[in-house]
Amino acid sequence: MVTKKQAPYTTYVEHLKQGQLAYQFSTAANKAVFFPREFCPFTGEDCLEWRISSGLGTVYSTSAISVRDAAPYNVALIDCDEGFRLMSRVEDIPADQVKIGMRVQFRLHTPEGDDPYPVFVPVAA
Amino acid sequence: MKNSLKRGSVAIVGAAESDLGEVGPGFSAMDLMAQGVHRALADAGLTIRDVDGIFSATAQSRFAGLALAEYLKLPEAFIDSTATGGSSFMGHLAKAQMAIETGMCEVAVIAYGSTQRSLGRKNTSVAEYNPYETPYKPFLPPTAYAMAAARHMHEFGTTREQLAEVAVAARQWALLNPAAFEKKPLSVADVLSSRMISYPLTIRDCCLVTDGGGAIVVTSAERARTLKKAPVFLLGEGHVTTHASISNMPNLVETGAIRSGEIAYAKAGLTAKDMDVIEVYDAFTINTILFLEDLGFCKKGEGGAFVSGGNIAPGGKLPVNTNGGGLSYCHPGMYGLFLLIESVRQLRGECGARQIAGANTAIAHGNGGVLSSQNTVILGTAATL
Repeated sequence: MVTKKQAPYTTYVEHLKQGQLAYQFSTAANKAVFFPREFCPFTGEDCLEWRISSGLGTVYSTSAISVRDAAPYNVALIDCDEGFRLMSRVEDIPADQVKIGMRVQFRLHTPEGDDPYPVFVPVAA
Repeated sequence: MKNSLKRGSVAIVGAAESDLGEVGPGFSAMDLMAQGVHRALADAGLTIRDVDGIFSATAQSRFAGLALAEYLKLPEAFIDSTATGGSSFMGHLAKAQMAIETGMCEVAVIAYGSTQRSLGRKNTSVAEYNPYETPYKPFLPPTAYAMAAARHMHEFGTTREQLAEVAVAARQWALLNPAAFEKKPLSVADVLSSRMISYPLTIRDCCLVTDGGGAIVVTSAERARTLKKAPVFLLGEGHVTTHASISNMPNLVETGAIRSGEIAYAKAGLTAKDMDVIEVYDAFTINTILFLEDLGFCKKGEGGAFVSGGNIAPGGKLPVNTNGGGLSYCHPGMYGLFLLIESVRQLRGECGARQIAGANTAIAHGNGGVLSSQNTVILGTAATL
């Protein structure tokens, strides 16, 4: 049970631990909100409800970051179909093969001893 | 937006850099601020005893205003140390105008100092943890600007060669500036073949990492007219914050400079085509393209073509970043103050080989964070009042 006193980030992580990519929705502004927060940034009202994303999205922008003596890794901005954007990375393909406009699907990443976070993989053609 | 500040009510009367480049071990950020203050006051024909306002920011001091007040022994000075990254100093100039107009101070110094090259970036700026970004290890700030560049390439067909043209033009200007860090020519091929940092940006698409600081001195228009050098008047200023972290930037190819420019132009009663001197914050090559578009020097999406063929280089149609910019002159972390210093020197006709003949108006556009804070300042000589 989510209480009002729980930090928005804590609720977000609880959903991730259940394999869900959660976001907030402002019923006053009729818009998705991300990152999770206490109040609607569009109206200032206490009207944010949690919703679960389908996990489908599109790469808005991307970069392959160079590393000495290793393959580049990817960082991308993903526009989820529900209308919110988040930073993430696209896995399963080389970093330089991630392209703007590519359709991607949420996958949970759980680092050892740390909070889980969402990553994405290309949607199978 | 409500703003009753008067066009031309204050002027910059002194401007100076501290030592630049690599100042060596032992120097503090405050040492460099003090060098800048000392030299800028001498430039104005004033002394530290005239100063009653302190404006400063640096990543190396949590309370930069306190630290500078301590260093200069000015216990009753009006202090502001608003930090909006590299654009902080444009904001300080606007706040100095408020303070001077309302009688909170009469002579303000706006100062910056950084020893990030001597100490290493990791030792001079603390990376903030953001649970929605940090786990992905974006190499910030370059990755944020790389994603803006990638998006610009995707939407408008901008090329890496066009990005490189910005670095080449900056280098050509730097070769005309004795204070510039870079001393050798640079070609488009050099930029493209240099080490990739965060695609599509190579190390030559990224600003320098140098030490450096400086200061400007600001006072009322009345007092400015009694001082040593020709005053450079503040005609307009606009500040817009679209986001803090790059994942919250509404549109990666349209910056807050569109609006900050509109506000500043409206206050100044001028437009882009009236600007003689154009100094825009070039932390990365994509910045120059975005800001020339957003400040009205070319149409959205046409910036890549606009910067090509030497158009913004010495001898080009539109001289941009005449000191060599953050890309080739100096970039000690928060570069905005240097845009103001160069604008002042151009408007006074002090720039030697890189002087723009007959310059009366200047736009100095500051950028802070990851395209987050956009702060446009328009300056002019007495002829513009």
